[in-house]
Amino acid sequence: MNEILLEVRNIIVRFGGITALNNVYFDVIKGEFLSIIGPNGAGKTTMLRAIIGVVKLLSPSRIFLADRDITDITVHERVRMGLAMTHQIVRPFKSMTVLENVVIAAGHKRTGNPFSAMFSFDRKSEIEKAMNLLDTVGLSDVAEQPVTGQPLGVLKRLEVARTLAVNPGLLLLDEPLAGLNHVEAKKMADTIVKINQNGLTIVMIEHNLAEVLRVSQRLIVLDNGFKIASGNPDAVLCDSKVRAAYMGKEKINAAA
Amino acid sequence: MGIYEISLGTIVCINIIFAMSLNMITGFCGQISLGHAAFYGVGAYCAGMLAKAGFPMYAALFAGMIFAGMTGLVVGLSSLRVREDFLAITTMGVNFLFLGIVRQQDFLGGELGVSSIPSHGMGKIGFLVFVMILACLVIAWSHMIKRSWMGFAFDAVADDEDIAQVLGIDVGRYKLVAFAIGTALAGLAGGLYAYFARFIVPDDFGFITSITVLSMVAVGGIGSIAGVVIGTLLLTLMPEMFRFISDYKLLIYGLLLFGVMRFAPEGLAGLIKSFVGFICKKRAAL
Repeated sequence: MNEILLEVRNIIVRFGGITALNNVYFDVIKGEFLSIIGPNGAGKTTMLRAIIGVVKLLSPSRIFLADRDITDITVHERVRMGLAMTHQIVRPFKSMTVLENVVIAAGHKRTGNPFSAMFSFDRKSEIEKAMNLLDTVGLSDVAEQPVTGQPLGVLKRLEVARTLAVNPGLLLLDEPLAGLNHVEAKKMADTIVKINQNGLTIVMIEHNLAEVLRVSQRLIVLDNGFKIASGNPDAVLCDSKVRAAYMGKEKINAAA
Repeated sequence: MGIYEISLGTIVCINIIFAMSLNMITGFCGQISLGHAAFYGVGAYCAGMLAKAGFPMYAALFAGMIFAGMTGLVVGLSSLRVREDFLAITTMGVNFLFLGIVRQQDFLGGELGVSSIPSHGMGKIGFLVFVMILACLVIAWSHMIKRSWMGFAFDAVADDEDIAQVLGIDVGRYKLVAFAIGTALAGLAGGLYAYFARFIVPDDFGFITSITVLSMVAVGGIGSIAGVVIGTLLLTLMPEMFRFISDYKLLIYGLLLFGVMRFAPEGLAGLIKSFVGFICKKRAAL
């Protein structure tokens, strides 16, 4: 029953002399909601960027998506195979409206080949799909507005809607709640849970531990490029290594 | 219509094709090119040499287009590796490289260029109509691309390459296509110029020509088809109408380019758009 969707093996990433990820490995099971947590600089974002393919991996790193080795495949091809990622710092297409931002992503089939794209004009079904997605994240009111000047809460939601438009099977979310206030964060987390319940596998990085514990089924903890723990959220948080990473060894000792 | 007006009309139409070709790369796909005159030159030399070798005009023009497009494709490969300022410098280098090569080749006439290119045999008015039709076709094609999914994907690439890629757009391929189409059209404009002038020298295709065509695109409004046509008309006709502009042409182009970049990045098209918006708002307020 536990079908493995994504398999990450011995991931090693170095930036100059710094080892950002050191032999990290884990599986993502189809349909699950997995969260990656860890202190700042632990390598969480690098991990997601490695999965989507914008970071160079050193051997013997290997990534498998549905049993297919995707380590040497380009980013846009990975996206077409069902991977998608949202960014912590939102970067909407500034020259477009909110709706157009989603429409261009929804048209990923039409833009696949530049030459056939040149002779394809109809945007009706993509606009319809984009409107539905904007509705899912609660943005249908601002659809026709330009993205410049929209508040962060809107842009964060837009980022999710745009990413969903490429029909992913596995969604990578990089701090979708960062910068949102308490109420917005809860609403956003609920939206993500709903998306997960609709069958989408989710891997999320998030610092908001309260929401992480509320929504995730499984946790992975990274620290200094190492995976230090994984498993059921409650058990992971009791792990002494995790506590040490988060609070510093001295404090643990002081408390003891 | 006198001979002067006919040749002025012809050169305006050739410049429109040339400016539209740069607009495809810089305006639509967001890739800066400071060496566009090189492709104009490749087209001109190719068509000119073939014409002298006795090939019919259509074949010579077509060959110039293909050859320029192929050169453009190779240069486009560099756009996959370098971006923005570095791409600007790389393309600028291509322009100087082109001049350097052409100047040294005896079979291309060296510094003296290619002269006595055979006539197109259409008569001056016939050629004007021919060039005009081509300019209209290029404008129509640009318009079609802008409206298509290809144009939409170009928008995304121009706006943010990294994000476009994460949304499944093959950024590299789109850039290459933009370079290929844009440089091929520049080659076509060059071929037409060769038939029009019937005498070409390397300096016709120097860095100054690249900056001139960039001024036309930027002053009109980068990416706007109507804007580029108006910008080309203005910048081609102004030096002809006012003698003093002709004397200080480069200075004025430089100032215009600077002024547009600093005060109206969207060029005339942007100014008109915000002006119309302003009027509409006033009307609504009344």
